[in-house]
Amino acid sequence: MPSWCKASWSEAVSLAELQSDFIDSLRTPSAAAPESLATPGGMRPNRRFNVYRNNVVVSLIEALRSSFPVVERLVGEEFFKATARAYIDHEPPRSPLMFQYGETFGNFLDAFPPAASVPYLGDVARLEFARLNAYHAQDRVPIAITHLSTLPPEQLGEAEFQLHPSLTLLSSRWPVFSLWAASSEQQSAQDVNLDTGEDVIVIRPEYNVDVRCLPSGGYSFLKALQDGASLGDAAGQASEATENFNLAHHLEGLFGLGAVCAVELRNSKQ
Amino acid sequence: MSAKTKVMTSTMVAGAVAVALSASISAPAAAAGKEKCYGISLAGQNDCAAGPGTTCAGTSTIDYQGNAWTLVPKGDCVKYGVESQEAKFELPGERQGSLEALKRDLPTG
Amino acid sequence: MDTPAKTSSAIPPRAGVGLKAAHYSPIQEQRPDIGWFEVHAENYMGAGGPPHRYLEAIRRDYPLSLHGVGLSIGADKPLDRDHLTRLKRLNERYQPGLFSEHLAWSTHDDFFFNDLLPVPYTQEALTRCADHIDQVQETLGRQMLLENPSTYVTFEDSSMSEIEFLRSLSERTGCGLLLDVNNVFVSATNHGYSPEDYLDAFPIERVGEIHLGGHARDQDDAGAPLLIDAHDRAVADPVWTLYARTIGRSGDLPTLIEWDNELPSWQDLFAEAQAADAILVQSQLERSRVAR
Repeated sequence: MPSWCKASWSEAVSLAELQSDFIDSLRTPSAAAPESLATPGGMRPNRRFNVYRNNVVVSLIEALRSSFPVVERLVGEEFFKATARAYIDHEPPRSPLMFQYGETFGNFLDAFPPAASVPYLGDVARLEFARLNAYHAQDRVPIAITHLSTLPPEQLGEAEFQLHPSLTLLSSRWPVFSLWAASSEQQSAQDVNLDTGEDVIVIRPEYNVDVRCLPSGGYSFLKALQDGASLGDAAGQASEATENFNLAHHLEGLFGLGAVCAVELRNSKQ
Repeated sequence: MSAKTKVMTSTMVAGAVAVALSASISAPAAAAGKEKCYGISLAGQNDCAAGPGTTCAGTSTIDYQGNAWTLVPKGDCVKYGVESQEAKFELPGERQGSLEALKRDLPTG
Repeated sequence: MDTPAKTSSAIPPRAGVGLKAAHYSPIQEQRPDIGWFEVHAENYMGAGGPPHRYLEAIRRDYPLSLHGVGLSIGADKPLDRDHLTRLKRLNERYQPGLFSEHLAWSTHDDFFFNDLLPVPYTQEALTRCADHIDQVQETLGRQMLLENPSTYVTFEDSSMSEIEFLRSLSERTGCGLLLDVNNVFVSATNHGYSPEDYLDAFPIERVGEIHLGGHARDQDDAGAPLLIDAHDRAVADPVWTLYARTIGRSGDLPTLIEWDNELPSWQDLFAEAQAADAILVQSQLERSRVAR
């Protein structure tokens, strides 16, 4: 009788127990294969079981490599893979959507001692994840700046902006934009001065993900708008944080990026 | 400045909007180049932004073990003046391990 | 939200290929004469963006099959309702001709282990899988196909064969079966049984789709060959032979070429599909000759 027809009648272990044991062994590389497995030739099937260990770890490492190519380029393949393994062990995915895996990779890198000599790595990872997020985000058509001319000028200060669903803002004490740009395939390596921080906006108004370095004041202005502040309040906060905050310039930049999808007046929503 | 918060008056907002509107009508392209930062656009290739796909396949690559290692970052980062200090430590190979434990194990200083 | 599809949703009984992002451009440029495309549902579960635009364009020109890789039908734990809802939306949006998933599990304690883990063939697992398949078919309002796995281990407690297990599931739930011929060859080699016997015993009348893919070679604990379902190369010769034997018995069936890792050029992938089409045509000729 072929082995796939083999019958036995003992069903001692519950499915819940069997799967629990299976995962425990899977996540402990030094452990033997689970007891529930058949033993062909009387041998514990450790090599066979290792195929599953490999499949899980290697596929997740590959997922992280495709999501964080610049982090990998910054630290090299060997270091990246070892780091990815540690992250996978620390925080396996919770969703079957692989493009969502790695949201906390940046935070992990911040606290990962072997990466202490590369303190900007976490911010670069957050930038890369923001790009991925933008790529898969909801589509929405931006409005042109001329839309503002349809609103009563004296009420513009009360206007609230709905920003694009793909938009992410990052504020870094490191030159995260320059580091990312220099190590991404889009630009050859160049000197990056690590002394200055950079703020970044990531957005995908239409087809392409756009990453831009924000001029000073831009971050606090956009962050306030994103948090629901009115145009007047957001501009006030930004000018408090930045000398010579030029609202006109930031409005041009913002609309030019396709970052605004709707403008509403606070008390009379349009 | 005595005021605790700088207030942007509705007149100032309206004025800025008017300037932005006229700039967008007269010379939208030039406006973008005025300040380096809003101007630099690295749209990137879509393929690079797509991220990982799923798989229903296995792999014959062996790479699930590696608890103890001694590695230093060796990529582009060395161009940016990273000191190559060697960190020796045990990775939390058993899932009970935590990063806190890992920090404790690190030689300090 | 819905895109009116120009092309019929029915999957024709000829070769299709698994659609990969790397091949979007050549496909859009060349509009190859290929029967249909299959995609992994999970890659199109983002809210928007280019993936959906590409898939909508493909769907306008070709029939589409949706293949899930993350539902974890074989898990003891209840199915993820959010994931089911996403599958429902995707089915409504793209109106695929077929929807399939795996006899496997991948979730445990809220974690997703990105692999198709093996199911013990016990009464308890059978009941659990049947309940889950019922739930899927009720939620989606359609029949699903369940794919036979490739496995590297078996369980002491299994009380029935894989075929008995699949047949029972299909009879209980009304689901169809997706017969992966490469998986049959991989599992048969790994567990030392005859793939021909397995295929002859398979409830072929319940099969709605065939998968073909490449595998890698390794060794088990005793040094015996251990095949790995790697989908990283061309379909192996013995698998082509088993495929011809299978459709000789079943008649024409939609046949997918799966290539997920170490992706080939579009031309090479297309050539694999043409090879499958050639075997389908050959099989038709032989059947008509016998009929005469």
